[in-house]
Amino acid sequence: MSRSDLTPLALLPVLMGCAYLAIGNPIAWLTLTIAGVAMGMIIFTIASGMTIVFGLMDVLNFGQGVFITIGAYLSATVFAALSGHLVSPDPGEAGLVILLAIAAAVVGAGLSGLIFERLLVEPVYGDHLMQILVTTGGLIVGEEIIKIIWGVQQVNVTLPPFLSGAVVIADVAIERYRIFAFMVGALVFLSQYLVFTRTKTGLLIRAGVHDREMVEALGYGVRRLFVATFVAGCALAGLGGVMWGLYQQTLVPQIGSQMNVLVFIVIIIGGLGSTGGALLGAILVGVCANYASFIEPKVALFSNIALMTMILLWRPNGLYPASARS
Amino acid sequence: MTTLDWARLISKDRPGSRVLAILLIAIVAGLLFAPFALTGAKAISICVKIMIFAVLAASFDLLLGYTGIVSFAHTVFFGIGAYGVGIALTRLGASWTSLAAGILTAILLSILLALVIGLFSLRVRAIFFSMITLALSAAAQTLATQLSGLTGGEDGLVFRLPPGLMPNARLLDSKLLGLTIDGKVLCYYLILAMSVTFVLAMLRIVNSPFGRVLLAIRDNEFRAEAIGYPVFVFRTLSNVAAAVFACTSGVMLSLWLRYAGPDASLSFEIMLDILMIVIIGGVGTIYGSVVGATAFLIAQGYLQDLLKASSAASHILPGIDQVLSPDRWMLWLGLLFILAVYYFPAGLVGVLRRPAGKLNAKGGRPAKDRFIMIYRWMGRAR
Amino acid sequence: MTDTLLELDNVHTHIGLYHILQGLGFRAQRNRITLLLGRNGAGKTTTLRTIMGLWPASAGRISFAGADIAGRSTSAISRLGIAYVPENMGIFPDLSVKQNMLLAARKAARAADMDQQRLEWIFGLFPAVHQFWNKPAGKLSGGQKQMVAMARAIVEPRQLLLIDEPSKGLAPAIVNNMAEAMLKLKESGASILLVEQNLQLAREVGDEVAIIDAGRLVHAGPADECFAREDLLKTHLGLTLCP
Repeated sequence: MSRSDLTPLALLPVLMGCAYLAIGNPIAWLTLTIAGVAMGMIIFTIASGMTIVFGLMDVLNFGQGVFITIGAYLSATVFAALSGHLVSPDPGEAGLVILLAIAAAVVGAGLSGLIFERLLVEPVYGDHLMQILVTTGGLIVGEEIIKIIWGVQQVNVTLPPFLSGAVVIADVAIERYRIFAFMVGALVFLSQYLVFTRTKTGLLIRAGVHDREMVEALGYGVRRLFVATFVAGCALAGLGGVMWGLYQQTLVPQIGSQMNVLVFIVIIIGGLGSTGGALLGAILVGVCANYASFIEPKVALFSNIALMTMILLWRPNGLYPASARS
Repeated sequence: MTTLDWARLISKDRPGSRVLAILLIAIVAGLLFAPFALTGAKAISICVKIMIFAVLAASFDLLLGYTGIVSFAHTVFFGIGAYGVGIALTRLGASWTSLAAGILTAILLSILLALVIGLFSLRVRAIFFSMITLALSAAAQTLATQLSGLTGGEDGLVFRLPPGLMPNARLLDSKLLGLTIDGKVLCYYLILAMSVTFVLAMLRIVNSPFGRVLLAIRDNEFRAEAIGYPVFVFRTLSNVAAAVFACTSGVMLSLWLRYAGPDASLSFEIMLDILMIVIIGGVGTIYGSVVGATAFLIAQGYLQDLLKASSAASHILPGIDQVLSPDRWMLWLGLLFILAVYYFPAGLVGVLRRPAGKLNAKGGRPAKDRFIMIYRWMGRAR
Repeated sequence: MTDTLLELDNVHTHIGLYHILQGLGFRAQRNRITLLLGRNGAGKTTTLRTIMGLWPASAGRISFAGADIAGRSTSAISRLGIAYVPENMGIFPDLSVKQNMLLAARKAARAADMDQQRLEWIFGLFPAVHQFWNKPAGKLSGGQKQMVAMARAIVEPRQLLLIDEPSKGLAPAIVNNMAEAMLKLKESGASILLVEQNLQLAREVGDEVAIIDAGRLVHAGPADECFAREDLLKTHLGLTLCP
């Protein structure tokens, strides 16, 4: 989170401008932009946890997708159990169901993250090669367990009435759910900002990202700090899973690993370990994906890889690399 | 051939264990005589898979074992080889020229792509490489299914080989040792020849000065750079070499199956198979890929049957049949993989090469490796 | 010689394949400034890091205030009352000076909870800390960073400070300031184990000397006695360092 370097921020208007020229239709452009920002906020929710985990302990979890899936499926279970309340026209009642689903997803993903950390990540600290291999194995096993619990068939998720449909502002129809997703993402960003600037734990995490040894030398057990951060990261992935499930409205067991690809691109673009970079990267990826799927749907995923390639050409470490380690 | 020639053939990289040497000879001999001895289509297809995956896994070992990087885009190059042959033969007709054109294009494309990947991801830190290749392999899968005009989409491409390689081609009028020598047999031996050549070529590479530099980089990146070897260049070259061999194994797959499709070449399951073979066989040994491919593919061929049987037998307990279902093959594979990484990191070759007296020594890594690990960690922290 | 605060006995440290400390043993007395001298690569930094548990000793005994600390975690060693100021100062550049100080005050949750009286005393020793209180520490000059690093080490009273080359790359005026601060710290009851290449500073503050070479102790004794012996300085530290 560099304070003075604002140039990368210019990428967003540049990308939007280019897309505007390519699309030509202001209303379609605006709709796509809003959808992209909403999608970006969901990606950010997931990416922010992961990037901090990397920054603090040099651990990159290739199995993070599992927690996205767990979050999404847990919320679907809650929705199915309380479907009567979910479809209630009263926003309070349906909103409560959404809150319950989020709580279930966050707790469930966090707890499974704790187990995952103990079993798979802890034994391979400090060895990237082993981490990549073991957490990839964890991804496979996790996905299979999800298939055993929830089945391989597609699960449908319905939005409650108060989140479905669109509001029309000056000829532009904005889907309600996108506004909701944006607000949740903004809330996540804001609370992270407060934690990282106002609480001692947050300061310790930032300090640890820069110099883990010095934090130890000041008398703090970085290991406990890391486990807490890892679990929080998994919980955030679970939250992201709920949001992404509602956005897609259908769930498949691979939803997490598909999303994980986008999250990786975001983390690389933003710079490993940087929350601010992850936010910018997520919005860039979100809008880019939406523009591309409008202009040429077949290469939507490639558009993000192209975006990443161009950014790496410009800044080989990503936009805001936070970790001093190289 | 004299003994000296044998040593040169394997680039003086001796198996290092009598059991391993016998095993390797047995595997090659087995593959050589399989068409005469085996009749089942399944058994022969497992033999061919062993030849293909030995090359594919060995090329992955160039990266994992000799360069110290994990690529998830290995299936992409495998796919380029498979689709290259497939697309050329469907578009340009089943002739030897179109086969050659397809192979050449695929190899050139692989070189180019590997260069670009290396350029963007190996410049800064090795972990970028893994993340970017993962994204790329996902993108390649979507691309292969989306561009259905060219690739046949989900269904893939079914095509004819040049006439001499088709099963209906009769190459000899009479049977040889009871075997009809048709195009399929020729194809089998063509793949075997390719496989042996490529594995020997990779042995040559890792035992060349280039290979030694790769090892130096893997063990201590900073020092290799300090001695004057541009780490980035060597890693990129190694990535290119691995890509070319992966591409050729894709060519071999297409030759045998006369089919190229996303599940057969690009899926994440194939990626896991490769990882599994390299780990089981022994990382950083090349020979490990041959032994690993043999062990893994035979096990895979018959274990799935076993799962099927036990799943059928376990209907008494609800839920268990779910876990034992052959559809959950990946669950067992994943668990096995994690366990192998933890408890069997040296692989079959490592176990066979260990001096007999140390076989029962305490498990885990030798102290030297542990220190290298710690040193790497500390090196990064500064 | 009765009041030993820190004692190393036959300590070995391996880093990777290298055997850096090869049976090092020496003592640091309570309320003294002990100089750890030696050529480049003799193992001075490794000694400090080994005491701190950052590169754990592979063999040997390290006792601090009567407790055996070899093998304990870095954070546990720190909590016993040892502070470490590494050669790169270990400043957290993204955080303000205030936040850097706050992290060193383990019991304080917010800046206001820190012991104000002690802070005033620290400000007196290192005025830069007060002056740049709300600035990001990364924006400070090298000397100012060094002040922050030293100040951070003493936010809470510590028994022993391990300081690695505080004068490196600093202007002479700041080095003098540093020497004064260290002497005042000693007055306040702290003990210091100081790695220093600047012989002038070392002479000014040092009470005891331990010279190491190739990971072993080659000389130990009172500072004045050591600095008076040209031969010792010549053999173990090299001519260039001799003023």
